[in-house]
Amino acid sequence: MGSVGEKLKSPVSRRQFLIDTTQTVGGVALLGLGLFHYAGSQASLPADAIRPPGALAEKEFLGACVRCGLCVRDCPYDTLSLAKLGRNVATGSPYFTARKVPCEMCDDIPCVKACPTGALDPGLTKIDDARMGLAVLIDQETCLNYLGLRCDVCYRVCPVIDKAISLEPRHNPRTGKHTMFIPVVHSDHCTGCGKCERSCVLEQAAIKVFPYHLAKGELGHHYRLGWEEKQKAGDSLVSPDTEHKYNLPEGFEYEHGGRGLIRDGAMQPEKQK
Amino acid sequence: MSQQPYPGARAREERGWLLANRWLLARRFSQLGILILFLLGPLGGIWLVTGNLNSSLTLGVLPLSDPYVLLQSFFAGHQLVSTALVGAVIVVGFYLLVGGRAYCSWVCPVNMVTDAAAMLRQRLGIKGGGTRLRRVTRYWILAMTLLVSLASGTIAWEFVNPVSMFHRGLIFGIGLAWTIIAAVFLLDLFVSRYAWCGHLCPVGAFYSLLGKYSLVRVSAAARDRCDDCMDCFQICPEPQVIPPALRGAEKGVGPVILSPNCTNCGRCIDVCSKNVFGFSTRFNNSTPGGVMSRTEVAS
Repeated sequence: MGSVGEKLKSPVSRRQFLIDTTQTVGGVALLGLGLFHYAGSQASLPADAIRPPGALAEKEFLGACVRCGLCVRDCPYDTLSLAKLGRNVATGSPYFTARKVPCEMCDDIPCVKACPTGALDPGLTKIDDARMGLAVLIDQETCLNYLGLRCDVCYRVCPVIDKAISLEPRHNPRTGKHTMFIPVVHSDHCTGCGKCERSCVLEQAAIKVFPYHLAKGELGHHYRLGWEEKQKAGDSLVSPDTEHKYNLPEGFEYEHGGRGLIRDGAMQPEKQK
Repeated sequence: MSQQPYPGARAREERGWLLANRWLLARRFSQLGILILFLLGPLGGIWLVTGNLNSSLTLGVLPLSDPYVLLQSFFAGHQLVSTALVGAVIVVGFYLLVGGRAYCSWVCPVNMVTDAAAMLRQRLGIKGGGTRLRRVTRYWILAMTLLVSLASGTIAWEFVNPVSMFHRGLIFGIGLAWTIIAAVFLLDLFVSRYAWCGHLCPVGAFYSLLGKYSLVRVSAAARDRCDDCMDCFQICPEPQVIPPALRGAEKGVGPVILSPNCTNCGRCIDVCSKNVFGFSTRFNNSTPGGVMSRTEVAS
């Protein structure tokens, strides 16, 4: 590079220098454009690839994770692996596939402790607070519980049983006399560990864990739920709140917001609206 | 000058194979040794070193991190965390001592691939290429990777970096990354000599910037013994770094190779039958018999 000064002495070599530099910069700029677009395409994580606990949102994660694999090594269950080139996950970044090996939700979260860069947020100290993804009972046509059977496996294996997945009784209209126990996922407690997906007895799991942004809906920010506002205000916001009259057969009464339909003092299941 | 079958043939005749390859052997020992340390865990269950070159933990206490990767992370807008920073500071300190691009020739696993390509190229007599590819390209690529990191918010070069892909691949499973390594090999073999390491790789460019101030350097201390056999030029991956030191005696330039692109590989020491070169420090650069000032040199 020291010879650059000498080259510039003659106008011909100065021109050559400018041409060379322009060519180099142009070529590198083209490469950079390609890299920019490739980086953008890599930011779309496939739905079946789940990041380790505490992983930052995908965009930030790719700016923080150095692909060192220390989290992979410290996972006692060999859940995590580093993406190989060819897999549609950013090369070298850690992920797991719930259907193959789910997260065992270690209490001490060794993967987060191992991370040297904070790509796995060290602020995550309770594994129950992890949000690796969100389970969704995505196929109601094949889920055995939806067919009226008592499979319940996803519910039973859930490490946050009764909080992350609960079984909600529903009338079975097919038989007309049985109850279906519908697995319902609650995002307040689901960590996205993937045990439900792993253990679903079907050939293809009916319940699956998806990255949070795919699985979770979001209310319009201007939405206000009337019943909550009413509770907050302590009174109806539209006045006056007329009390509903129930026309019930003799021996029945209805407790609004409480036990529902009551016959002779005994509780009856009633479909909630 | 008698024609030689390959660079270093005369040194081998005079000193024997072992002594004429001692720095090469030391480098291979270092490169493979580091690789083996990383592989002992996954293959043998002996976890002395975990992770990979991007970030690792040795014996459970010593963190080492690649400063170039962290620099991209910084440009991507990520708040750097202490463990990785400490690791990077240790690495920077180390290479300031042993020579920035010592990373390239003593640690980087791709070096073995490109050295093989260069040797094969020389043996097969493949010439040409390289006129369009300029050595400064790597610095432009280095700047580009930081810009793309900034623009995309990601550690951009890690999506395609053959160095980390290869090292990670050997330890964690290679996937299709071997195609990238094969591409580098073919590039070096057919397109241009040391096209990757000497012209394009931004990792090497980054470490060369560190090397601008590094301590350990190769010196042509006995340059008056040089018989212009050209072996060092033929073997050197960055031959442009040699002339100022080797032929600068008349201009009053010291014998130490100060160019940051010298990788401290020591091949010139190996192949020189006259023992012109040796390892030294940047401060050992006095010229015997009248020292000219820098301005006099330039004019």
